[in-house]
Amino acid sequence: MGARCHFLSWNDFNYYPETISLSDLSEQLQAQVQQARQNKTPLVITGGGSKSFYGHSCAGEVLSVSEHRGIVDYEPRELVVTVKAGTPLKELQQTLSDNGQMLPFEPPGFAESATIGGTIACGLSGPRRPFAGSARDFILGCKVLTGKGEVIVFGGRVIKNVAGYDVSRLMVGALGTLGVLLEVSLKVLPVSEEEVTIAMPAHVNEAIDIMNARAGQALPLTAAVYDGEAVVLRLSSTGQGIKEAKKKIAGDELKQGAEFWQQLNEQEHFFFADDMPLWRLSLAPATLHLGLPGGWLFDWGGALRWLKTELSPRDVRDAVEAEGGHATLFRNKEFWLQQESFPVFHPLPSSLMAIHQKLKSAFDPERILNRNKFYEDQV
Amino acid sequence: MNDHNKKQILIQQLQACLPASSILSTAEELRPYECDGLSAYRELPLLVVMPETIEQVQAILRVCSRLEVPVVARGAGTGLSGGALPLSNGILLSLTKFNRIFEIDQLNRIARVQPGVRNLAISEAAAPYGLYYAPDPSSQIACSIGGNVAENSGGVHCLKYGLTVHNIQQLKVVTIDGEVLTIGGSGFDSAGYDLLALMNGSEGMLGVIVEITVKLLPIPEFAQVILAAFDDVVKAGTAVGDIIAAGIVPAGLEMMDNPSIRASEAYAKVGYPTEAAAILLCELDGSEAEVHEQVSNIEALLNQAGAISIRKSTSDAERELMWKGRKAAFPAVGRISPDYYCMDGTIPRKELPNVLQRISELSSEYGLAVANVFHAGDGNLHPLILYDANREGELHKAEALGGKILETCVEVGGTITGEHGVGVEKLNQMCVQFSSMALEQFHAIKHAFDNKQLLNPGKAVPTLHRCAEFGAMHVHGGKMPFPELERF
Repeated sequence: MGARCHFLSWNDFNYYPETISLSDLSEQLQAQVQQARQNKTPLVITGGGSKSFYGHSCAGEVLSVSEHRGIVDYEPRELVVTVKAGTPLKELQQTLSDNGQMLPFEPPGFAESATIGGTIACGLSGPRRPFAGSARDFILGCKVLTGKGEVIVFGGRVIKNVAGYDVSRLMVGALGTLGVLLEVSLKVLPVSEEEVTIAMPAHVNEAIDIMNARAGQALPLTAAVYDGEAVVLRLSSTGQGIKEAKKKIAGDELKQGAEFWQQLNEQEHFFFADDMPLWRLSLAPATLHLGLPGGWLFDWGGALRWLKTELSPRDVRDAVEAEGGHATLFRNKEFWLQQESFPVFHPLPSSLMAIHQKLKSAFDPERILNRNKFYEDQV
Repeated sequence: MNDHNKKQILIQQLQACLPASSILSTAEELRPYECDGLSAYRELPLLVVMPETIEQVQAILRVCSRLEVPVVARGAGTGLSGGALPLSNGILLSLTKFNRIFEIDQLNRIARVQPGVRNLAISEAAAPYGLYYAPDPSSQIACSIGGNVAENSGGVHCLKYGLTVHNIQQLKVVTIDGEVLTIGGSGFDSAGYDLLALMNGSEGMLGVIVEITVKLLPIPEFAQVILAAFDDVVKAGTAVGDIIAAGIVPAGLEMMDNPSIRASEAYAKVGYPTEAAAILLCELDGSEAEVHEQVSNIEALLNQAGAISIRKSTSDAERELMWKGRKAAFPAVGRISPDYYCMDGTIPRKELPNVLQRISELSSEYGLAVANVFHAGDGNLHPLILYDANREGELHKAEALGGKILETCVEVGGTITGEHGVGVEKLNQMCVQFSSMALEQFHAIKHAFDNKQLLNPGKAVPTLHRCAEFGAMHVHGGKMPFPELERF
């Protein structure tokens, strides 16, 4: 076909985007939400259940999205994929990889059953995040089923779009509390020609310094982690680019680099094999080591720190807050929740909490979606 | 109370919290603020206030909230969609005195700045540390970082480095109630909903930004630009897709058509091939070896795609010169036409040939010439409609043609604005792009931040009433838009 192809007939076009054609499970899901809204029944949104440990547990009727699946549209030349929320993450990643592309935010799955909807709702990103961007950086648009029972399309399938508030990004990491994701459009990127992993032994504050100094240099860095013994860096580039970069970085090449990053991201690394409360600390990357007792692992060049500790939640949060960061009790929350009730996510100042609640009301007036999963919902 | 009294009361209350010199009230003083970069729309505000401290901004907003006076925030006034157009019954809050760079943190790779700082000034301040701020709107020598956040500005390098939203780490925002919110974190994320994403591109409707922490990136070691000329616009458009399909993400990938090439060359004298139907400017950056490898790959692709000539920059000076012509395209077109009207639609890249064809048809239909400048890699189009405002009805014709171009963008799966914002300019096209439910949801978000509708009211999101009136002119297949709305 020549490039000068037939232009879509002007008259064929339906101008009014609200006539969204609902297919497969959308209608059932919408009906269930509408019913639940009427009865004020709380709903628990579930996908593959791979990240059900994350956030507060919530009670209610199950709204299962996992059968609402399939890739709606994927054109590698556009660097955009549109996919139904219940599509297994693995399936999506395989399709992208078959075309030499990837989800640049390198999301963890934590289980084979992980779905792309759950991935976006949790908003988690892997080791590539400091250098490529996070889940919210790559969402372009979404189709959402709100707590009002309305199916609404936000954003689009193009890379630049500033029409209307950026609701698509707002959905990322909102844990389904503002709407049930039905479909998402994501920007994808080509995989690099070559990748190499280099390790160098270091003490903790020295390691933090090395990772951040390196991140400030013109190097094709795509991951920087410190596991307590060594700084491990990943470089991704063309063959020539890797050759050149390796000249600038002293260290030993790790032969099983790909496995190392995979295990780290999926929390299959031996650091995570533990029942101790696991904290996820978000800090300015160059923040000096906080020195709290426990096990430490530094990802994202120091901006994401995993801490295994039995130290009280208050002590952890005070130390992190003093440095302007925030702390999430990521896994094994039961350790504390059996003894006391406290928020899994870092408490917000009252001014921000007020806006949170108003936004929740705007999307889900009866607070039926994942009630109390993120922050306590006032019903 | 009459308007004059209301204004006097407002001035009195503002004088209690601001030096008299920071309040402008006479017509001569207000005149420079009557429009932003979209000069077709003009309005004098009630007053202009120029605070210098966060406390003053808080006090101003408290007064406005109490007296229910609308507030329009303004940075450098370079916006292209009328986002900073004053309201006749409101104050214009100018942030030009917020012009300090507080810190460049080399190790954390951030800069903490005030909103009135110019975009380029941040990169200049960061340069001694080998760092820079990536988003580079063409107006970067003049536009302010606060305005960039409000509009979620792009630039020629956002294909690889993202828009403003991807490069902002934290904001301090004053709410209409005068409260200071810290949004975002010192790390890469923050607790709670991603309000940072919501603030970017919110066009001054949710809060007034008073401090910004931007991310800085290492200055690439090496960069090179390829300039490829084509005898056919469609061939150039197809070549864009070929580059992306080859697994290369250039730092920038721009396209200009013949009228833009000629205008830019006449203005900037950078050596563009004026006989070409279209040129592509493709920048690669990285290490020298990496760039050379990619440049030779792209050169082969461009030759295959039918390029009639290819030129590569041989120095940074030459590279900057090649960009200079592109960045000066708007003022250059301004010299060949009494007026021009700039569109900002974004489309899926594959639709580029179709949409170009459609724009040229519309151009002859309306009898107005169109010069095209594109962020081709992003699919972001800037058709410049040439018109003469002094000719009766020509502005109206230009707006109608622009509207059609934007509707074409929506039709092929794109959006009405990629980086300039909706402002007052594209309110009608918002009705075409979004469902009434989506628009209502936008209003609900606004309400969550500003329940009295005092922050830049009437911009960015149309009322359903307006859409019903606009839509009535566009009945297709017997379907009325917004059927749930009452008619009158």
